[in-house]
Amino acid sequence: MDWAGLAGYGAFFLTMAGIYAVLALGLNVQWGFTGQFNIGIAGFFAVGAYASAIATTAPGGAHLGGFDLPVWVGLAAAMAASAVIAAAVGLLTVTLRADYLAIATIGIAEILRLVLKNEAWLTNGVRGIAGIPRPLAEMAGDHPAAILLVVLAAVAVVYLALERGRRSPWGRVLRAIRDNEPAARAAGKNVLRFRLQAFVLGSAIMGLGGALYAHTVGFISPEAFGPELVTFLVWVMLIAGGSGNNRGAVLGALAIWLVWSGTEILTGRLPPDMVTRAGAVRVLLIGVLVQVILRWRPAGLLPERSPRRDDDA
Amino acid sequence: MADILQLLVYGVVLGSILTLGAIGVSLIYGILRFAHFAHGDMMTVGAYAALVAVAAAGLPVYAALPLAMAAAAAVAVAIDRIVYRPLRRTSPMILLISSFGMALVLRSAVQLVWGPANRVYVPGIRVPYQVADVRIGVDHLVIVAGAVVLVIALHLFLRRTRTGKAMRAMADNAELARISGVDTERVVLWTWVIGGALAAAAGVFLALDTRLHPTVGWHMLLPVFAAAILGGIGKPYGAIAGGLTIGVAQELSTAVIAPVYKPAVAFAVIVVVLIVRPRGLLGGRG
Amino acid sequence: MTALRVEDVHGGYGGTDILNGVSLAVDPGEVVVVIGPNGAGKSTLMRAIFGLIGVHRGRITVDGRNIAGLRPDQVSGLGLGYVPQDDNTFAGMTVGENLEMGAFLRPEHTARRMAAVFDLFPRLAERSHQRVGTMSGGERQMVALGRALMTEPKLLLLDEPTAGLAPDLAAETFERIRAVNSQGVGILMVEQNARQALAIADRGVVMVMGRDRHTDTGPALLADPEVASLFLGG
Repeated sequence: MDWAGLAGYGAFFLTMAGIYAVLALGLNVQWGFTGQFNIGIAGFFAVGAYASAIATTAPGGAHLGGFDLPVWVGLAAAMAASAVIAAAVGLLTVTLRADYLAIATIGIAEILRLVLKNEAWLTNGVRGIAGIPRPLAEMAGDHPAAILLVVLAAVAVVYLALERGRRSPWGRVLRAIRDNEPAARAAGKNVLRFRLQAFVLGSAIMGLGGALYAHTVGFISPEAFGPELVTFLVWVMLIAGGSGNNRGAVLGALAIWLVWSGTEILTGRLPPDMVTRAGAVRVLLIGVLVQVILRWRPAGLLPERSPRRDDDA
Repeated sequence: MADILQLLVYGVVLGSILTLGAIGVSLIYGILRFAHFAHGDMMTVGAYAALVAVAAAGLPVYAALPLAMAAAAAVAVAIDRIVYRPLRRTSPMILLISSFGMALVLRSAVQLVWGPANRVYVPGIRVPYQVADVRIGVDHLVIVAGAVVLVIALHLFLRRTRTGKAMRAMADNAELARISGVDTERVVLWTWVIGGALAAAAGVFLALDTRLHPTVGWHMLLPVFAAAILGGIGKPYGAIAGGLTIGVAQELSTAVIAPVYKPAVAFAVIVVVLIVRPRGLLGGRG
Repeated sequence: MTALRVEDVHGGYGGTDILNGVSLAVDPGEVVVVIGPNGAGKSTLMRAIFGLIGVHRGRITVDGRNIAGLRPDQVSGLGLGYVPQDDNTFAGMTVGENLEMGAFLRPEHTARRMAAVFDLFPRLAERSHQRVGTMSGGERQMVALGRALMTEPKLLLLDEPTAGLAPDLAAETFERIRAVNSQGVGILMVEQNARQALAIADRGVVMVMGRDRHTDTGPALLADPEVASLFLGG
């Protein structure tokens, strides 16, 4: 591999790790801060990806739009679309216990997947949406550094905003709800409103992650990514990094993306007749890894600093 | 009218499959207090275990069924011993995350061994019986009859045997069961044996009704949990009513909405039940 | 005949100890009553004896054998019975099934023991097919006591057996406990109804802050002005 190729691969690697860091930060608001169990990450990711794609692609596609808007408008639309859907389902589900919420979010992700696949007028169905513009294209053309810069900026903005939120009274209330909901309620906090806020904010950030992904690869379709795999990787990242800790979420994303990419190199050496099954080997390895982490390092690489109790809620 | 009857037949078949899955989910929740997210993929494992017996040993599907149930029970017990047991003293949410991970492990293991393609046990189409205007496949009869037999066997086990009573006692009041001399780990072992075996039966029946694919079980997780929640999670008898209701509701819904949106019915049921009756229709554990 | 010794036991949930060096003894056939303020660790002591919470220091012996660290089902097998204060029945099961579960470790004695329990509580015999969850508080308390007696225990641990019962039912319960004791069963009982409980006690233990503060015969404690002012309602 030549140097330019290596640099290109490095940029792509960091871009993807950054996108996952955004997703892990979004999950951290829900699970890490508030104790909400969302297994529908891929649903909000997909909504964001499609919203930004519809907003920014050139008109005349088989799907709704496109509206040829600037990428930053697309990113904002992605967050808004995910937030609206999260608010709608959140109103129905935030009252649920964590394990029931988990089941409900599987349903949400499944329904979103079916809508994206079957409502061709909106999404062009299984054929997907191509020609999603790169950000900063008028200045940087197709250079991989451009999207990397945008992604890193997004990670930085989300991280700083969430750090502020975490240290604010708002963040303290969320942790109080997570650790002892009856006490938070007794202290006069409107628990449902805070939980809804956390769910919507986390989902909006996941939508942003989806939009960044769409602008990175330029093409999306319902089958382009395995929904459970995206959801699972984000969970592994947050747990590995240290849930409740924003730095942990970012570090976990980087570390697990490194491992995940590493398994690709590993499975690249499989005999040719096994190549079609390489994906399964990689998922298997990550699945085993998460069991190892849960057993021997349950608080992650960077544990949350304030002592944290088990979430039984 | 005939259309509705036809959908009812499909609904009862699907309901039988969901019931077998939901009983396991409900038992595991009642005894171990966590939502077992790998249960759909346990169904997949059972379905493929039967494929081995059918393809390699040339057995008919009904003879392969007990072997698949035994294999899945063994897998379930092994997973519990190696993965879940060390985590049992942490929180139920850790176990939930762990079982979500196990779901992907099982699915990728199946894909690794058998590949990602669709399979069937026995190729070819069997002509269904025609009763009035309603078509009933031979496989449909096998599925419903098999589910009825298994549910009756489970009922006798829970009511008549010492271990079955200990299991009910533990789901009812775990601490008092221990005080009364029940060995928790023994009951847990039996819970996985039964949960795994019934999941395998559900998986084999599902594959008989549709096809084999590594994700076939995962896609049943939502309706299976909907059935368990509807019946009152932790209550195996409620799972029977819940399974049939969800199965029939999903199939009947296709008369009104596009069939691709069938899973939305299960989701809607979960949300409505949990909002209206948080403990399920038959009052499960809070 | 079974003797229980609790020696300098420390224990509790997670990191915080609730028991801070409690000691007491129940000799064969004795009735020992534990009284004390809320939060003194009385129920925790019962749970520690039965292996439901961790014991970090000290010994709990039954006839000289250390049982600290055993699982509840193992303690049950040693001839100890235990009736917790709350959730002390299988609410979804019938009276008969509750009693059957009581004899779980000795199924061969089920019929004989059930007859003995029905002798003590004739009410339960009529209702053996009723679901316990549908019964009144007093009846549930009978089921709870009956379940614990099914193992034919040599020593019975009772955590506030009269809590929430009307005065006449409470008096009846003490009567039953005395009848059980008259058959040679040792009793260790936590009670809020201190006056009535001490009246049938061989010895009383006053527990404060996770320790035994004061141990004496039942009548002596009843006569002690300090105990009277603190725990007997003046």
